Amino acid sequence: MIALITSILAITVRAGTSLIYAAIGETYTERSGILNLGVEGMMLMGAVTAFAVSFHTHNLVLALAVAVAVGALMAAVHAFLTVTMRANQVVSGLSLTILGTGLSSFLGQRLGPDGGPLVGLVGAKFDPIVIPGLSRIPVVQALFQQDILTYAVYLLVPLAWFVLYRTRLGLDLRATGENPQTADAMGVNVAATRYAYTILGGALAGLGGAHLSLAYTPGWTENLTGGRGWIVIALVIFAMWNPARAVLGALLFGGINAVQFRLQAAGARIPAAFLNMLPYIATIAVLVVMTWWEALSKRVGAPAALGKAYMREEK
Amino acid sequence: MRIVFEKREAVSRSASVLVPVVSFVISLVLGAILLWASGVSPAATYVAMARGAFGSWPAFTETLVKAIPLMLAGLAVSIAFRMQFWNIGAEGQLVLGGVAAAWVALFWSNFVPAQILLPVAIIMGMAAGALWAGIPALLKAYLRVDETLTTLMLNYVAILYSQYLYYGSWRDPKGYGFPGTAPFPEAAWLPRLAGRAHLGLVFAVIAAVLLWFILKRTRWGFELRIIGENPTAARYLGINIARNIVLALLLSGALAGLAGACEVTGISHRLQQGLSIGYGFTAIIVAWMAQLNPIAVLLVALLMASLLVGGDQVQIMMHLPSAVGQVLQGLILVPMLAGALFTEYRLRIIRSRPSQAPVRAEEVRP
Repeated sequence: MIALITSILAITVRAGTSLIYAAIGETYTERSGILNLGVEGMMLMGAVTAFAVSFHTHNLVLALAVAVAVGALMAAVHAFLTVTMRANQVVSGLSLTILGTGLSSFLGQRLGPDGGPLVGLVGAKFDPIVIPGLSRIPVVQALFQQDILTYAVYLLVPLAWFVLYRTRLGLDLRATGENPQTADAMGVNVAATRYAYTILGGALAGLGGAHLSLAYTPGWTENLTGGRGWIVIALVIFAMWNPARAVLGALLFGGINAVQFRLQAAGARIPAAFLNMLPYIATIAVLVVMTWWEALSKRVGAPAALGKAYMREEK
Repeated sequence: MRIVFEKREAVSRSASVLVPVVSFVISLVLGAILLWASGVSPAATYVAMARGAFGSWPAFTETLVKAIPLMLAGLAVSIAFRMQFWNIGAEGQLVLGGVAAAWVALFWSNFVPAQILLPVAIIMGMAAGALWAGIPALLKAYLRVDETLTTLMLNYVAILYSQYLYYGSWRDPKGYGFPGTAPFPEAAWLPRLAGRAHLGLVFAVIAAVLLWFILKRTRWGFELRIIGENPTAARYLGINIARNIVLALLLSGALAGLAGACEVTGISHRLQQGLSIGYGFTAIIVAWMAQLNPIAVLLVALLMASLLVGGDQVQIMMHLPSAVGQVLQGLILVPMLAGALFTEYRLRIIRSRPSQAPVRAEEVRP
């Protein structure tokens, strides 16, 4: 039984890593007031470019750097359209997902040897590193037989929480998403803040994608993310824009995936489709409860200016 | 010297035509750079794509086949967007419409006369789509729950439910493990016009004309436009916003549901994998490029469909990834979105001191 729990926990953490990277990025982006529905496209582009670089150069650091840069570049386009050109955030994000889905599929067919496909090839990958000592504690050991990107997440989460809630930087960020006029009056450069955190969000989405193609399921297949980008969008809301809660959500959503194979093996009669629906239904429930709460004037929820363009009043 | 955006008094007519056209050209140029960088002749690729989509009568009917769901879903999205309700759930509404139509076609033939099996299937498909759009509409209208997120989430609930059906309880036992239901009885097949292009094309044209008429010529259409353009004014005019949101979304969902019902009864004749291939998302691009004009939706849907069909053709003829079409679709929107600013604003360069030029810059609608 202990062995079963340990193995489920280990798979859950592994499956949750890419979600956590992208969810922390999206949390920061949305906190600045920008909704980025392009996460799925950015994860796919991060995944395909990271794998292509790892295949050709066997340099994992370079692979990660390229994935981060590609995610950041796509997010910069989103920031340019929504902040500078004040375009509709929903449409811009969706078009980046469509573009990322198409382009990753195109590149996946062309970036292999001699302009051929990448599918089915093997590149350099991140292997699990077992940490001596810690990996002998029952159950907890599941956390200490992971790859290095997962270990990095253990540090990233508290850092993301701390910066958001305990630093001046985080205060400025939250003010920008809550009330850009006030933030502007406080001396915060709203446009620059939104650019910075949208790009950061894209970079982390690219990194999340790279974890999929370099560690979780090393290699490239078309649509490798399988909708994880959308789960990330759900996750951020589910966690009510809090990076620490996003981890619990990622483990829950990642865990659903991990558990369903066990359940099927154990002969459970719940079809997988219904388990997979849970994240989305839970997110809608959270949205409804949260909105209802807000009606009772308790500020808990979405950044108030989320999705709204900000134009400085000229006098 | 400063550069400011000044709101135009009226949306620029010339810009609203020019921007989509120029955007399409820019996307072709960007696509050409990508093709050229990967060692393929852009000109040859585009010629092959155009031939694949429009080069012959059979090719054109295939383009129509892909255009029909984009037209219907594009109309569905545009009516919701018209009132600033960001329905990005057309994909799920389309899928559920297909599920409901399949339910009637597969299981109702024992007690529904064959002559009306098809109409009943289509009406049930529309009802299912309306129901799926009605949930977020009610949540928005009465609890103010953000519709972008609820409609997005409901997509995946619908898609997963359809998978559960065709992989599970509705799977054809004689299907050799193929994920799909048994074929529908022929009474539930939507008549075809030419090639595989079916009666859904007529539905789409009728729906576009009706929507155009509603928006331009009826009291209800006027109310919808006011709600979208100026909710405060709508409130002062005594317009019931909540009720209008729900009604418009029922119509929007019904159109998306119709798209799904036509796909299963007109093309696949069964519920199977491939019903959800992103028509509902592409429809958002269609509605946006058409600037929510119902008649323009038909034309833009045709253009988008030609990119999809053209993409399939270059895969067959030039061994290029069919994703070329999807890449071009995604590339159109970047210049399009950037250009939208110019239809509502004009750039003004101010040389004098800021205090001498009182220029009001208003917030662009989200």
